[in-house]
Amino acid sequence: MAKRIDVSGLTAYYSAHKAIEDISMTVEPRSVTAFIGPSGCGKSTFLRTLNRMHEVTPGGRVEGKVLLDGDDLYGSGVDPVNVRTTVGMVFQRPNPFPTMSIFDNVAAGLRLNGKYKKNELSDIVERSLKGANLWNEVKDRLNKPGSGLSGGQQQRLCIARAIAVEPQVLLMDEPCSALDPISTLAIEDLIGDLKERFTIVIVTHNMQQAARVSDRTAFFNLAAVGQPGKLIEIDDTERIFSNPSVQATEDYISGRFG
Amino acid sequence: MNSEIDTAPPPPPLQDTPPPTKAEARGATRPGDRIFLGLSRGSGILLLLIMAAIAAFLTYRASLVLTENEGNFLTTFEWDASAIPPNFGIAVLAFGTIVSSIIAMVLAVPIAVGIALFLTHYAPRKLGGPIAYVIDLLAAVPSIVYGLWGALFLVPHLTGLFSWLDEYLGWTGIFEWQGGAPRTLLTVGILLAIMILPIITNVTREVFRQAPQMHQEAALALGATRWEVIRMSVLPFGRSGIISASMLGLGRALGETMAVATVLSPSFTINASLLDPGGGTFAQNIASKFSEASVQGRDALIASGLVLFVITLLVNGLARAIIERRKEYSGANA
Amino acid sequence: MSHAVTTRPLNSARLPRWTPWLVVAGSAAAAAGIGLAAGLDSRIQWGLIAAALFVLVTYALSAKVEGPRHAKDRIATSLVWVCLLIAVIPLASLIYETVARGVKVLDGYFLSHSMGLIADSEAGGGIYHALLGTLQQVALATLIAVPIGLLTAVYLVEYGRGRLAKTVTFFVDVMTGIPSIVAGLFVLSFWILILDFGPSGFAGAMALAILMMPIVVRSTEEMLKLVPNELREASLALGVPKWRTILKVVLPTSIGGITTGVMLAVARIAGETAPVLLLVWGNPLINTNPFDGAQASLPLYIYQQYANSAGSPAAYDRAWAASLVLIAFIMILNLAARGIARWKAPKQGR
Repeated sequence: MAKRIDVSGLTAYYSAHKAIEDISMTVEPRSVTAFIGPSGCGKSTFLRTLNRMHEVTPGGRVEGKVLLDGDDLYGSGVDPVNVRTTVGMVFQRPNPFPTMSIFDNVAAGLRLNGKYKKNELSDIVERSLKGANLWNEVKDRLNKPGSGLSGGQQQRLCIARAIAVEPQVLLMDEPCSALDPISTLAIEDLIGDLKERFTIVIVTHNMQQAARVSDRTAFFNLAAVGQPGKLIEIDDTERIFSNPSVQATEDYISGRFG
Repeated sequence: MNSEIDTAPPPPPLQDTPPPTKAEARGATRPGDRIFLGLSRGSGILLLLIMAAIAAFLTYRASLVLTENEGNFLTTFEWDASAIPPNFGIAVLAFGTIVSSIIAMVLAVPIAVGIALFLTHYAPRKLGGPIAYVIDLLAAVPSIVYGLWGALFLVPHLTGLFSWLDEYLGWTGIFEWQGGAPRTLLTVGILLAIMILPIITNVTREVFRQAPQMHQEAALALGATRWEVIRMSVLPFGRSGIISASMLGLGRALGETMAVATVLSPSFTINASLLDPGGGTFAQNIASKFSEASVQGRDALIASGLVLFVITLLVNGLARAIIERRKEYSGANA
Repeated sequence: MSHAVTTRPLNSARLPRWTPWLVVAGSAAAAAGIGLAAGLDSRIQWGLIAAALFVLVTYALSAKVEGPRHAKDRIATSLVWVCLLIAVIPLASLIYETVARGVKVLDGYFLSHSMGLIADSEAGGGIYHALLGTLQQVALATLIAVPIGLLTAVYLVEYGRGRLAKTVTFFVDVMTGIPSIVAGLFVLSFWILILDFGPSGFAGAMALAILMMPIVVRSTEEMLKLVPNELREASLALGVPKWRTILKVVLPTSIGGITTGVMLAVARIAGETAPVLLLVWGNPLINTNPFDGAQASLPLYIYQQYANSAGSPAAYDRAWAASLVLIAFIMILNLAARGIARWKAPKQGR
């Protein structure tokens, strides 16, 4: 069920400002691909073009192609609503719906997509919470508000919510940057489990994290502030961290800038 | 670079300037400071005194006439306050005030919420700003102008609506029409709805604008349509805001005087039909009866004004309480 | 995974982009047809029929082609647009009527003459006495309300801690909601009924001041809160006493915003009629002394031209013209206030 992503010649704008320019890459199914790079290099913007969330920002627009197993996300007749059900997303700050219970949060996406019987729904919710390694912690309080959980639990709740609708791809935008080390570890373990079933793309500021969780790593950089971000290289994570082919990557990884 | 750094405790704050001494912090050592503090605190206290005086004087004058009143202040259907002994009651006024305000709320709140959503989530960017600006300005149009427009433009244009309502909904009894001039509680309700629309829209718009982006993105990323995003994240967030905005609008509608006085043909009866004469409002009754009232008659009007005062205090207090609670609520979740 | 959401296609049938416009045109035409056929003479009814048709047709089309979720989305969008139109119609009509009917008798003569010897039902006369009365009453109200309001706001922001400040804050909120007629009744009860003074511009000004105070407090408070604490601390650290810091640093920094707030408050009370009716009574003659005797006022003039003239067209014309002048006055105040706010906006505020 996981799908391959082929990006070619992708450029994204905020109104007149070009945020990223001419990016082409392939993301393999059932693997974790990490995006690293200094702040402002456009890695988050690029991530958001992969499920058409970029165009939601006022002035946001995209040129180029993103193929999901051969289907262009930006083709004519493509419904962004369908794209986003197929390509799920987890955000930087945990954002469970504050007025909904834990159960309702996980079921939120499912309820949009049609009618489920009650036991069917609770099966999926249980499976998703187990998939997010959260079931044991919340099974006794499914009807309590999701905002009562700790930050790390909230983030896993958001992951459960995202995988409940059975996406093909899971995008994660710095999912651990607002969490403490123990919660971070829990999420990283979870990513290792999830890649058995999903294509995972993760943006991270934390290079150790990229090294720990990802199979492939893409390094983004920008020539100067105000210039568009570009993909410098993408390769197996081991290669990137031991023997990158571009000097800038090595400089960034060894902490010489960024 | 690594997560340990993220969680390191922040360094203790640097103390560049010495903290102000205790006397300076209290700010009342020098004569200038003492005078200034006295003046400003005195103004605050004066404000409280004014509020207390309003309640006290209205109660005092009302008590003078209420002890003379032959009728029952709450249940009498007449307003014969200048007679000796006086005979008056607020039943009809309470009925008219409540009914016309309910009509106004029913018409204005959904439309105001719709416009607020339009401005925050639907309007093309070039259109949203100017429209919001115009609505802001419309909130400043004086009520007497609404009244004049209501009496000379709206009333003649309502005969069509009234006969239509009578024809198709007359069987309900609420919309029966004997064919008199359309200057009834329904007319008042419609005009009040138009008048409170800008204020409800403005407050609701502010609340919707603050709806957290992250919850809207969460809904979008689950594959929600625009309406589903609003239903899942904007409306739940804005619910208490809508309620308090409506209460503020209700406070306006309850106390509106001149627009009602110009549009309504008051009558001291209660009528099940909204299209036939029946009912008045507290404020309108005061304005209409004032010029012919004796001193005792004025006291009776003051007594009815006291009731209006208490009602609007309750409604506004409730609105404020809801706003306060919402502040705490959203603070806890920020 | 057992259930079958996994093979969702990306494509789905969508209505073309121009569909809403087509539906708008179609429903408008259909509504006009229905209106003509049924002999409905009110254009408002035509509009309502068109709006209802628009919402229904959009829903039906979308439900058939795009499915129920998109149909609901579309119905929400069209309802929101309909809400806007429903609101725009009366408000636009209000402005249009006032301008169109107001310009009839509005000229230099109208602005410079009173109603001296002219009966309410005759043509002629003007609003000079009413303008004068409004300006005097509003000026007096401002003189009373602004110092009290400013000082109260200073107290709340600079000194206010504890019970008293909380109470004042609460009652300022409560005061904002007082109906203007109640403020009028209050002044009536102690000034005219107990102290036995006659009607005067000053009596009206007191009631207007009660309505104005909370507005001034609220807006000034907001502005003072915007002044960065660093400024206060810098001044205090130099040994400047607190009251001089407030007068020389805090107030000048926020003077633009405070002025804006005061002007908006003036605009708000300039249109008040009810308290003036109870306390100033109105007067067809010019009375230049606001402290003695009945005076006219612009909003009250509008009401009396409407109510006391038994339907004379000349009086209605005067009422519209006076409305136009009043609206123009208030709008100019509003626009100027916003202009000042923008011009004086703190450049590097927090």
